[in-house]
Amino acid sequence: MTQNNLKNITVTVNGKEHSLSVEPRMLLSDVLRDELGLTGTHVGCEHGICGACTVMMDERPVRSCLVFGVQADQAKILTVEGLSNADDTLHPLQEAFREKHGLQCGFCTPGFLITACHFLEENPHPSREEIREGISGNLCRCTGYQNIVDAVEMAAEMLSKDKKSETDQCTVQAMQP
Amino acid sequence: MKPAVFEYHCPSTLEEALQLLDEYGYDAKIMSGGQSLIPMMNMRLARPKTLIDINHIKELNYIRVTDSDIQIGGLTRHYQLQQSKEIEQICPLITEGVKLIGHDQIRSRGTLGGSVVHADPTAELPVILSTLGATVTLASTEGSRTVTTDEFFMTFLTTTIEMNEMLVSVQIPRPSANTGFAIDEFTLRKGDFAIVLAAASVTLDEQGRVKSAVLGLGGVDGVPVILDEVTAGLIGYIPDRNLIAECCNKIGELVDPEPDIHASGEYRRDLCITYAARVLELAAERAIKQ
Ligand SMILES: Cc1cc2nc3c(=O)[nH]c(=O)nc-3n(C[C@H](O)[C@H](O)[C@H](O)COP(=O)(O)OP(=O)(O)OC[C@H]3O[C@@H](n4cnc5c(N)ncnc54)[C@H](O)[C@@H]3O)c2cc1C
Ligand code: FES
Ligand code: FES
Repeated sequence: MTQNNLKNITVTVNGKEHSLSVEPRMLLSDVLRDELGLTGTHVGCEHGICGACTVMMDERPVRSCLVFGVQADQAKILTVEGLSNADDTLHPLQEAFREKHGLQCGFCTPGFLITACHFLEENPHPSREEIREGISGNLCRCTGYQNIVDAVEMAAEMLSKDKKSETDQCTVQAMQP
Repeated sequence: MKPAVFEYHCPSTLEEALQLLDEYGYDAKIMSGGQSLIPMMNMRLARPKTLIDINHIKELNYIRVTDSDIQIGGLTRHYQLQQSKEIEQICPLITEGVKLIGHDQIRSRGTLGGSVVHADPTAELPVILSTLGATVTLASTEGSRTVTTDEFFMTFLTTTIEMNEMLVSVQIPRPSANTGFAIDEFTLRKGDFAIVLAAASVTLDEQGRVKSAVLGLGGVDGVPVILDEVTAGLIGYIPDRNLIAECCNKIGELVDPEPDIHASGEYRRDLCITYAARVLELAAERAIKQ
């Protein structure tokens, strides 16, 4: 690997600021996993098809395999590690995935959680059909879709019942210093 | 697999970007949303020596509506088009069509300029722009020029853009009153690229007769196909299902799509007829309601 081409970036991941040097060809998914040790973000296809690498970047879900790390300079990133609360209690989506058996091998799960988190922010009371559409950019090789839809449905109910739901919003957490 | 080594530039003005493009010539590649380019680089199908990342050129990200047209900057992202209330009101074909592009995660990054320059014949935006009679503005250090979509799209993934040029904006004539739009596509799964894609615009006169109509198809040739031969049969008539079906039957003789692993040429041709009739009917219905 040539090291002469490094760029300095500062990126805020799950509320914590990191300054590091990266090769421009390094994908954001690799920066998260290899440079920052945040291996929750999974890499499946590396060409945008599977959705396993989905993270939030400046309040929008993105494929971290289709963004270079250098492009995340000054950005705010939320990965699956940032979903649970500081006291380690799970995010309602994580609870719902556990409750409804929304994961089998769990490889696709981080991508689904981030995707669903954004989806429920935009559409807090979705129909099952809308949930299907909302998660259509994520593939589960264990084909656990039925239970994933159940889990997102349950999380929507939990979030809307939860009076504190504001504090469970992904973007709010990602913004915290 | 990882992209090959490249030199990275991240200009913040258009002028800077154009100068870099001039300087590096054939070695350079513009990167906009990266949603088509990065997959190709990840698989090393593309190995640009120099990457000019235009994501920080704020002057290329805008939606402006004037009395005569809608002007959209090349860096405007799919989700921004999807969320624009102004566009939804004036030209809902764009809103409806953009929702069909990939998934949320792709629309977060993908841009109008990237989609148009990438020129995939099954992509939504090229067909939409062709149906709307849009023009495309290209700039280089030598100046800028504006071309019609017909002059722009050449064949599969190929346009008439020059090596030192960048797409800076797209202009769409403001649709006239009493115009209805529709777009629909056949995909194997939600969010996939279309096998066949059809878009229509129908304008009625005071008596409810068709004043003008445009039918655009994607996935049947290397470029978006506009079939005036089909819509000519509607002009002057009150549109109804039978008339539309009759006109659309002509499509069988007008298109000759290539087969691929997803669909035979025959099947694509049938899909064209079905989807063309569907969008023309819906567009006419929406024009009536206005
Ligand atoms: C999983 C997946 C599903 C998808 N599904 C669809 C779909 O259903 N429909 C669809 O239409 N698209 C789809 N796409 C493609 C997506 O819409 C891309 O955003 C788009 O085709 C390219 O736009 P971009 O901004 O990402 O361009 P980039 O990837 O950055 O660039 C594409 C090409 O255009 C050139 N370029 C970019 N901007 C300019 C400019 N301003 N001037 C000159 N050259 C430029 C680049 O050099 C490159 O050659 C999908 C992509 C993925 C990964
Ligand atoms: S690894 Fe990024 S979409 Fe598959
Ligand atoms: S649970 Fe195994 S890939 Fe989805």
